[in-house]
Amino acid sequence: MQKLSLKKGVSRKSAYNLRDPKDDKPERHTLAILVDNESGVLARVIGLFSGRGYNIDSLTVAEVDHLGNRSRITIVTSGTPSVIEQIKAQLSRMIPVHDVHDLTVEGESVERELALFKVFAKGEKRVESLRLADVFRAKVVDSTLVSFTFELTGAPEKIDAFADLMVPLGLREIARTGVAALARG
Amino acid sequence: MLKEPNPTGIKSGAQIVVDALIEQGVDTVFGYPGGAVLPIYDEIFQQTKIKHVLVRHEQGAVHAAEGYARSTGKPGVVLVTSGPGATNAVTGLTDALMDSIPIVVLTGQVPTFMIGNDAFQEADTVGITRPCTKHNWLVKDTNILANVIHEAFHVAITGRPGPVLVDIPKDVQFAAGKYQKRSKDLRKRYNPQTTPNDKLILKAVKAFENSKKPILYSGGGVVNSGEQASNLIRKLVAESNFPITSTLMGLGCYPASGENWLGMLGMHGTYEANMAMHDCDFMFCIGARFDDRITGKTDEFSPNSVKVHIDIDPSSINKNILVDIGIIGDISVSLDKFLHVWRERGSKSNTKELKNWWQEIQAWKKIDCLKFKNDTKSIKPQYALQILEKLTKTMDRYVTTEVGQHQMWAAQFMGFEEPRRWMTSGGLGTMGYGFPASIGVQIAHPKSLVINVAGEASWLMNMQELGTAVQYNLPVKQFIINNKRLGMVRQWQELLHGGRYSHSWSDALPDFVKLAESYGIKGIKCEKLGELEKAIIEMIEYDGPVIFDCVVEKHENCFPMIPSGKAHNEMILEADQPENKIEESGAVLV
Ligand SMILES: Cc1ncc(C[n+]2csc(CCOP(=O)(O)OP(=O)(O)O)c2C)c(N)n1
Ligand SMILES: [Mg+2]
Repeated sequence: MQKLSLKKGVSRKSAYNLRDPKDDKPERHTLAILVDNESGVLARVIGLFSGRGYNIDSLTVAEVDHLGNRSRITIVTSGTPSVIEQIKAQLSRMIPVHDVHDLTVEGESVERELALFKVFAKGEKRVESLRLADVFRAKVVDSTLVSFTFELTGAPEKIDAFADLMVPLGLREIARTGVAALARG
Repeated sequence: MLKEPNPTGIKSGAQIVVDALIEQGVDTVFGYPGGAVLPIYDEIFQQTKIKHVLVRHEQGAVHAAEGYARSTGKPGVVLVTSGPGATNAVTGLTDALMDSIPIVVLTGQVPTFMIGNDAFQEADTVGITRPCTKHNWLVKDTNILANVIHEAFHVAITGRPGPVLVDIPKDVQFAAGKYQKRSKDLRKRYNPQTTPNDKLILKAVKAFENSKKPILYSGGGVVNSGEQASNLIRKLVAESNFPITSTLMGLGCYPASGENWLGMLGMHGTYEANMAMHDCDFMFCIGARFDDRITGKTDEFSPNSVKVHIDIDPSSINKNILVDIGIIGDISVSLDKFLHVWRERGSKSNTKELKNWWQEIQAWKKIDCLKFKNDTKSIKPQYALQILEKLTKTMDRYVTTEVGQHQMWAAQFMGFEEPRRWMTSGGLGTMGYGFPASIGVQIAHPKSLVINVAGEASWLMNMQELGTAVQYNLPVKQFIINNKRLGMVRQWQELLHGGRYSHSWSDALPDFVKLAESYGIKGIKCEKLGELEKAIIEMIEYDGPVIFDCVVEKHENCFPMIPSGKAHNEMILEADQPENKIEESGAVLV
């Protein structure tokens, strides 16, 4: 076996850790954060991300327990494993935060997003957009003589794929809700 | 004009504020009045349980509260008005957040029905202070006011301590509401883990036992955890004979006169402490946070050690340095368990290897890294601090500092035997901290000797607090190391910017003696080496505030120094000068 030739001190951890943190690749994680539904709580969470330079790829928030006064914030973020750990630790220590779940590591989860697409098309393209919508099980929620508005629910990848297909057919506007996610089972 | 007791439980918001403070055991409030807090000031006027200290600037109030809190272990309390009162408090809040100091700041706010209208002296106080408080509240209902204030105290002192702010609109202060007593329910919402995981403690004990070149590295968390934590550290060191160093914030937890003390570590720490950190095979970080002033270049930080870290804040663990064993818990509780387990297993250590390790350390100590060349005429700043230390170390003494070279020299040349005797702005490095902090300390300890070791530039940043010192006859000693330079800036410019001294001195310093006299207090100026001792004695013995203008050598540099971006074993010593220039690349780091 080839001998490991490691430069002393390449690791930030210790002599016992041979991983070079600079090699860490960014990962995408979906976090579910249960918070007290009080004024300013979203600003606190977002302020943490902007203040410490973390990424927000998507964010949704709504009250989920009216009596218990709880909201659920779902954030899709990306960062190296140590950054993800920091994000979770930083979130957890906020006073109105009750629970932080990393759905990406806590077993399987389902992720869904809703999107609206406005497509302006004529003739063949108009027909094609309808046909594709059917394949994706998108609903027509508004139509005029020159446009359709489709509603599509699905995993973010599905929304992306549909958007890609609609661009050449005349996609003008898109509105996405961001990801809502739950652990399975 | 004292008020009649009111047994109904229905009170004005302002009365609720004062009653809640009294229930929390507050004896002192540092503050400054204004339109949006007048109802609270009116209540303060009509009672005797809480002493209000009128500062001269809201930043001073917060630093004074920090000094009070750090020297007593009790939360410091501040009361200021809306708008400018609140914005002036921001630096102090940030300072307290960085150094984990428990303070409760109450701010007035424009009436609820005017919020958002750009009313006179309106500022989005909770918005502005959200990132610089541990938590903050805007209270819109008098009925929950008492509860919020109780929760604010709970959050400030529980877990990792920190500053909190409660913003109280003026109509909420006037309205009547129900007073709620402090309840145990507060724990339900915020109750951070204090008891460590037993398995991790056992793992840590094993690593401790197996170590051949160990070092303990303690920090401000030990002070915050309480006296018990310091006692446990002392026991652990005494029983294991391991060497110990500390951050700037943790000085005094292990006594400076203790046999195993290596002095402070970090950018201006001792050679032996930094070399031991670099070469150790086991590092036990207790209530410190691997700040960049401690680690230097993280890639080369202590490359051969197993690292154990105990901290009450989970986000401190693995933030800057990945550790092998991260233990979440209160320092006292964790150390107690640790000692218990270690003793139960027979208090083992590798005595022979430890002896060799101490020999290595002794060799580093011989370098005598703090030595300096004394001058025959002018006063060297290090010498001034040596003399100050010699004359005051056995006294009941508290020391605060400003920020700069003098701060580092004070940390190097003054020794602290107990925690809570040393108050300095570590994380934020706030010039202007020391003078108001010394006022807060003196208020809490009226009989003790309180000295602020200051740089002339820092001291001028909050010199308005002279008024406060005089008004309350606080005998604080302002020991100004006057190098007529922004010394620390000048040092970096010399070492990193080719000696281009861009704006690092003031051409218009006041005559400090006359300044003192204008406030009716004592001023002493000392320029001659031979007169220094006598002058310091005069300062100590004077019953009242003193400004001591200690005119020192202008161009002295503070060594040892680990330049930014360098590793511990790349320290510059006094003796290395001037060949030891720092590379340009270091200049981009702070
Ligand atoms: C509020 C603030 N502004 C600027 C700085 C940057 N700074 C750090 S030390 C220093 C010079 C301090 O001069 P002085 O108080 O005279 O202390 P000396 O270094 O000369 O002992 C400056 C400007 C700071 N730390 N705080
Ligand atoms: Mg100076």
